[in-house]
Parts: sequence; structure tokens; C-alpha cells
Amino acid sequence: MIVGEQKPIEEILLMIEQYKKIMVVGCGTCVAICYAGGEKEVGVLSSMIRLARNQTDSKIEVVERTVLRQCEEEYVKEIENDLDGIEAVVSIACGAGIQLTAEIYEDIPTYPGLNTTFIGYVKEQGVWAENCGSCGNCVLGFTAGICPVARCSKSIFNGPCGGSQDGVCEIGKDVPCAWQLIYDRLKKQGRLENIEKLSPYKDWTTNRDGGPRKIEREDMKK
Amino acid sequence: MEAVSNLQKVLEEGKFAVTAEIGPPKHANAEVIKKHAAVLKGHVEAANLTDNQTAIVRMSSIAAGAICVQSGIEPVIQMVCRDRNRIAMQSDLLGAYALGCRNLLCLSGDHQKFGNHPTSKNVFDIDSIQLLHMMKTMSVEKKFQCGDEIKSDFNMFIGAAANPFGDPFEFRVARLKKKVDAGAQFIQTQCIFDVERFKKWMDGVVAEGLHKRVHILAGLTPMKSDKGFKYIKKYVAGMSVPDELIKRMEQAEDKKEEGIKICVDAINEVKKIKGVHGVHIMAIWWESIVPRIIQETGLKERPDYI
Repeated sequence: MIVGEQKPIEEILLMIEQYKKIMVVGCGTCVAICYAGGEKEVGVLSSMIRLARNQTDSKIEVVERTVLRQCEEEYVKEIENDLDGIEAVVSIACGAGIQLTAEIYEDIPTYPGLNTTFIGYVKEQGVWAENCGSCGNCVLGFTAGICPVARCSKSIFNGPCGGSQDGVCEIGKDVPCAWQLIYDRLKKQGRLENIEKLSPYKDWTTNRDGGPRKIEREDMKK
Repeated sequence: MEAVSNLQKVLEEGKFAVTAEIGPPKHANAEVIKKHAAVLKGHVEAANLTDNQTAIVRMSSIAAGAICVQSGIEPVIQMVCRDRNRIAMQSDLLGAYALGCRNLLCLSGDHQKFGNHPTSKNVFDIDSIQLLHMMKTMSVEKKFQCGDEIKSDFNMFIGAAANPFGDPFEFRVARLKKKVDAGAQFIQTQCIFDVERFKKWMDGVVAEGLHKRVHILAGLTPMKSDKGFKYIKKYVAGMSVPDELIKRMEQAEDKKEEGIKICVDAINEVKKIKGVHGVHIMAIWWESIVPRIIQETGLKERPDYI
């Protein structure tokens, strides 16, 4: 899933300080599952905003809405009829959701209430970890299902580097060395030959380095 | 094959090589480099110029290397993958060659997290093993990584680092083999404090026959205090410091003298290990001690500078 983290309330308050009526819009998919941008979080954030502004001379009206997927136009359109008098939108969807909302309602300033952090999964209760670098050319078959782009601090393809010790990365004892994990799992599967020869230069054009990415599928086009 | 550098010549003649290290300054004054070069001249085959080590901004290793060339000491340019993509790397390599630099050491580079610009972006377009391959392509095939021809001479003696103290230990010889296959002609190892583990690693290197394909220079560092050892043991990833060494230093009255003795003892010991073709003395901030260490290890008679 796409994992996000709500911005500090102070930062959000600063972004909306000049407005008297706003809408907080959540998303019911990825960011709801990671307890950062769903319906519940919309409620909590809205209350916090009201409470903070009640303590000043400048009260604020906050309308709460959550759509199933803020990255799909048909769902974002659901809030269209509720936007009367809304001066600004605070979206706590991922970056894609925030941008689609901003694009559909071009006349209303949209602010991010959430930092989109990574693609990952739940490691344990309350812990999410990054797993996928979305580089556009998956090598997981070769690296035993462990992504060197996202999980190695240096994104190297011929690891482990000299900074790997006792299973952890040189950047911190709480960061597992991805290449130690790759080595261990390949060894277990009897596939160490995968990493015994030179892994060639990565073609980064499928990554962000090739410019903004888009997929076009003729079979899906109208 | 004709040697392209003094270091290569010495190693290929089967002589025991000695290299040292110069840490470029955190400023733009060339005098520091000239001073260190003067201290080391005549004592070592070549001196490494570190590339923004520990991710702290310093004078460029290539610029410092050019100052070494002018000062009559052969540089080993260190290049890390952290700060440049393949375009900038190859461009800098052409520049380094044009300035008379003939040895290059390919490294991953310390992560910027602990440097003085922790908020910077890292690059790692290619990794250290791919850099070795790129160097070989440039030096042997006279081609850039993309396949375009280099329309001039370009030939450098290609080096890599190896860390016998990194994990997983059982993969460290295999990784060295990858480096040799990719193009490494010489190796400078991580600081050896744990000589026993280094011996064990060298056994594996010899068993694989890698000592016949690459020149291995054992890395050594003289320490000034037990505090230094303790710091390394606790905070520096990929290092092994045996407790008895810390104890030896704790008990010493003159810690600096003991540090020199420990280093000299280690050099004398690694010299005897099969497959070790030289030593690399990393006395950063203590460059002036290198001539004395060399003298005490009986490595004083150095071949002439080319």
C-alpha cells in the first residue's frame, strides 16, 4: 500500500490560517489502512483544527468528507455538491489523491495534510516499512524477493557494501542490511549464483530519472 | 602490458608496495596537500586522496591528486558512487587522467547520514563494482560506458576496496572475486586490527586463487589512544577491534608509542601472509608518522619514483 503520515498540526494550521471555511477530505483506501488519512483521521484532524482556532479570535468552519479513492475522478466528484462556500481544501490522501482533487477543483486552493512516505507494508502492529522503490523494472526474482532499490540505503545492485555488519546497515542498527537478507534467503533457496556474477548497470529510465512516467494501454482506451 | 603507474610497476615486478593516505582539507588551501606530499615522498609508492570521506565536504580528491602530481608524489584517486552519476564520474575521470593521475580506487562511499550535509540527496547511479567495470571499459576498450569511443589515451591502474570485517563473512571472498572479474587490479583493504580474521579471509582468497589475479595491499591504521579503538568498535560499521588490543592500549603508559608499535607489529605479521603484496597505511591526521612506521617495519628501501 501507499503509506503516509499526517503532517504536524502546527504546519496544517499555518497553511489554512487565512480561511474561515474549509473542507478536510480523506481517502478510504491505502492511507485509511495505515491510519493516516481515512474517515476516522478526517474527524480527528477536523476537531483539532476547530479546537485550535476556537482558542483564537478567528473561528473556522470545517466540513468533513471522505471518499473511497481520492485517486479516481468519479469518487472525487462526489464532494462537488458540498463545496459551496469552501475557501480551501485540506486533503489527507496520498500525493496522487491530493493532486487529483486540486486538478478537479482548480478554483479552490488544495493543501496537503499528509506526507506520502513510501510503498510498503505492515511489519508489526504500528510499524510500517518501505519495500518497493517503484523503479519500473522489477528485479525481485533475482534478489530473492527483497528490493535493493528501496531497502538498501545505497540502492546498490552488487551488495553488500563494506558497511554491513551483524546484519545491519551502516546508517543505523535499526536498519536491516538488505543484502544480508538477500544473501541469507538466496542461500536458503540454493540460489547464491544469482549474486555471484556482476549485476549490470541499472537502466534508470523506467525510474523517475526518465522523466514523469505514464502508462498508456491501447486495449483499455475508449 | 606496460605499467601505467609507479604503483602498478612496483606490484607487477613482484615487489612489496607501500601506499599511504592523505585526507584533503576542509578548505581551499593547497599547502596542506603539499606538506603531506613532502612528508610522504620517497617513502611510499603512491598516496591515496580520499573522496569526501565520511561524507564531509573536502577539497576534491582529483584536485588534491593533481597537487600531488605537481609535488612529485603519485596519487591514488579515490572515487565514491555517492555523489556523482556515471556522466559526472566519467567526465571527472577524463579530467583526472589529463592532470596526470594514473591510479583510481573505486568505492561505494559512506552514507551521507553521518556527514556534514545529512539533508543532501545521494546518487548511487552505479555501485562500486559497476564503477570498476566502467573503468575497465574505459582503460582497456577505450570506450565510455555507453559504448562511445574515447578519442585519446586513457589508461589507469584500477583499484578496489575490500572489507574482510564486513558481513556476511562467507560472502566476502565471493564479492572480492566479483570485483576482480569486473576489473580490479589492486585491492586496498579496510583497516586491519583483527589480524586473525584477516588471515582467515586471506585463506579464502588464496584458496580461490585470487591472489594471482589481483594485488592485495593490507590496510593498517596507527591509533593514538584506547579511546580511538573503543570509538571505532562502538560506532564504525564494518570494523573489528579485538578486546586484547584495547587492553594493550589501556595498559600502555605512552599510548601514542604503543599505537605505533601495534601498527608495526601488525604490518610485520601481515607481510608474512601468503597473497599480501603490500600495505596501505591510513594515518589520517597523523600522516607525519608514516615514514617512521615504514622504517621500523624494515620497508625503508623503496623503489625510485618513476
